[in-house]
Amino acid sequence: MYINGMSNISAQPDDFLTSAEIIDIQGNILSAVVRPYRELIKPMLLRRMSKAVKMGIYTAVKSLSRSGLECPDAILVGTGQGCMQDTEKFMQQIEESKEQLLTPTSFIQSTHNTVSGQIALFLKCNGYNMTYTQNSVSFESCLLDAQMQLELDEDIQNVLIGAVDETSEKFTGFQKLDGQIKAETILNKELFPSSSPGSIISESAAFFSISREKTPRSLANCVGSKIINEIQSSEIEEKVVEFLSEFDLKPEQMDAVVLGNNGDHRFDDYYQILQQGIFNNILQLNYKSLTGENNSISAIGCALAVSVLQHQKIPKKFRANSKSASKFRRILIYNQYLGRNHGFILLERP
Amino acid sequence: MSDLHTELKESIIEQLNLEDMQPADIENNEALFGDGLGLDSIDALELIVLLEKDYGIKLTDPNQGKQIFNSINTMADFIEKHRTK
Amino acid sequence: MKTVVVTGMGIVSAIGSSVTANLQSLQNNSDGLSKPDILQTGHQFPVGEIKITDAELLEELKLTASLGITRASLLGIKAITEIFENSGKLADNANTAFVSGTSVGGIDKTEQYFDLFDEKAALRPYIQAQHPGYTTQKIAEYFGIQGLVTTISTACSSSANAIMTGARLIQSGRYSKVIVGGSDCLTKFTLNGFNSLRILSDEPAKPFDRDRNGLNLGEAAAYLLLEAEDATSDQRILAKISGAGNANDAFHQTASSEDGEGAFKAMNKALKMANMEAQNIDYINAHGTGTQNNDLSETNALKRIFKETVPKFSSTKGFTGHTLGAAGAVEAIFSILSIQEQQVFANLNYQNIMEDGLIPVRENRKHQVDHVMSNSFGFGGNCTSLIFSKHE
Repeated sequence: MYINGMSNISAQPDDFLTSAEIIDIQGNILSAVVRPYRELIKPMLLRRMSKAVKMGIYTAVKSLSRSGLECPDAILVGTGQGCMQDTEKFMQQIEESKEQLLTPTSFIQSTHNTVSGQIALFLKCNGYNMTYTQNSVSFESCLLDAQMQLELDEDIQNVLIGAVDETSEKFTGFQKLDGQIKAETILNKELFPSSSPGSIISESAAFFSISREKTPRSLANCVGSKIINEIQSSEIEEKVVEFLSEFDLKPEQMDAVVLGNNGDHRFDDYYQILQQGIFNNILQLNYKSLTGENNSISAIGCALAVSVLQHQKIPKKFRANSKSASKFRRILIYNQYLGRNHGFILLERP
Repeated sequence: MSDLHTELKESIIEQLNLEDMQPADIENNEALFGDGLGLDSIDALELIVLLEKDYGIKLTDPNQGKQIFNSINTMADFIEKHRTK
Repeated sequence: MKTVVVTGMGIVSAIGSSVTANLQSLQNNSDGLSKPDILQTGHQFPVGEIKITDAELLEELKLTASLGITRASLLGIKAITEIFENSGKLADNANTAFVSGTSVGGIDKTEQYFDLFDEKAALRPYIQAQHPGYTTQKIAEYFGIQGLVTTISTACSSSANAIMTGARLIQSGRYSKVIVGGSDCLTKFTLNGFNSLRILSDEPAKPFDRDRNGLNLGEAAAYLLLEAEDATSDQRILAKISGAGNANDAFHQTASSEDGEGAFKAMNKALKMANMEAQNIDYINAHGTGTQNNDLSETNALKRIFKETVPKFSSTKGFTGHTLGAAGAVEAIFSILSIQEQQVFANLNYQNIMEDGLIPVRENRKHQVDHVMSNSFGFGGNCTSLIFSKHE
């Protein structure tokens, strides 16, 4: 399936996939850059939207218009943590009011499929609408479903797919208590190398407009994706080889690999084993020191790979080793979180 | 304009997140729903809670809301007659 | 496209802790509604609560609380255990995928411990419990499922969608065995949420009745084992999945459109996939929550699809309460029971026809059932319709 348009929001500037610029962020929770939402969304609609909904609608609409599409046949959204800001608000209201006199707005906006439902409402799209929420493979779950839709349903030609996660004060704060966020405050670009547990947590959204057939606007071909819930780090090379062999490919045939190192020394060994092993001679890219970690961040990793295939060049800030490639035809994206929910995505130049 | 009218407009703007609006932007007899201000059914539920919280008025039948929330004037009239606080 | 069959099912709901117990309650018109005892709340709305505490579930399943396990995962594990007990086989871990639906996952733990995480380190395993994937993860760990594990959260249609996705994994030839279904427990979050929308009834719900005044919440876990027909060694095929369709109402974040556009489109898609005409459907397990809005919208959608001859239909939510993310799977099992027993179940508490309304099945009765349609509609305009057929 072909990616024909994309848009993303993260803690970095709009054009961060192609520019050399880096926004430095001190502190371990990274907010996404605010975009001019009002250009697209009317104030009467905007007033109830949490950040995830705004980011989702904005990037969804942008990615569609870049592909020249108005209403897709299917909308698939991944979100590991959903609309946390409204969930937190409503939970606090229940406590404060002792279950009395509650207003429904936050509850309505708290369901995990708020973003996909709001996109459908905004675009007036009656088609297939799905929300996957499986930690760090929420986006990969959407890719898998999209691929099946295009294989099995002749009425589906175009699919909008994306992933979005937001932070909220209390709930994200809890991630400091259980070791998901680093105890010591760091500057994002100094995330690597790291010898401590935890990462830096962030917000992001990335949407892609996809079609079954190649079009003149096609930026990349998503050849396949795979989800494996549980892998031991000792098996990771074998699993990657196995995934690539599904497409008759070998690790050395990759022109670059986008790896999800997040500075958590307990789990970065999955990536390091690949970096020092089967991908030792392949150009390796990292991005989480810029964007931070969240359950939807592999969609940003995917956007990075699409951008490389499209522009055939890579800003230095993403390079994790000194290897190079003369041409970028094929890129593997691999990501996991806390050693679980492993996702593999294979992209090719169209 | 009475204090109650202004007070109502202020609380509606706050409660319903009408960020860009000032009390003076809402006419006393302007329709709050539909073609007027453009409020919807979720706002109606917010207004029911507002009546109870601020004025001690409990609406038993949500359908009553339709007439009461017609405009700032109708809301103020209803509150004057039924308020318990 | 490969044919998908159901070869096992397990359920725990307010009307019983096994498929057999649920069937008995359905046949005896015996509902599972009560005041909340286990859920700590100030509200007294009737709910479909499973009267087994977390501590009792932990003991029964030989698990400890230190694992950070949620009520929804405990109920899910209990339900899936029934599948493998009854068919006498263990999960083929390597080749079994797991797709689970839930609306709020483990938010029961988040609301219980919200103010305690700071002080009590022992509770911190529950910090991630809030996210739906966590509950699915805990169930997968219990059964040693290591491959494809994912969660769908589309509010009240979550597990119906999980069944649809699972079926597609088999149809497309990716997997030959998938465990599908969903689990949701009662929480203060959802009870207060639905109350803030003023759609909870203070009496047993009356789906499709003129005087219906809201829904009752419930909790349940229900799972099905789906297999490719050409790959199963199971001699006891319970039913076939012949159609599934999802569409979006694109009308309002919570309310359904009056003409039921999303529901209409979902039913149409399911019929198209099943290669069936509307008149092939013998019975519909309706979404029928008992709210003014849903039942009107669903009635209109049914009339648009089935015209003058709407088949026998009922909502079984009067038995179980509305079990949110689990409802689609609960009602999938009831639909399959309907095929197995050649029986349609009662729409409890129905008395008066609504204006231009339809009359549901009022008492359970024998009926020839070859094809059942099961509807599930959720917030965000998410509408799903599944068709289960007798396996010849």
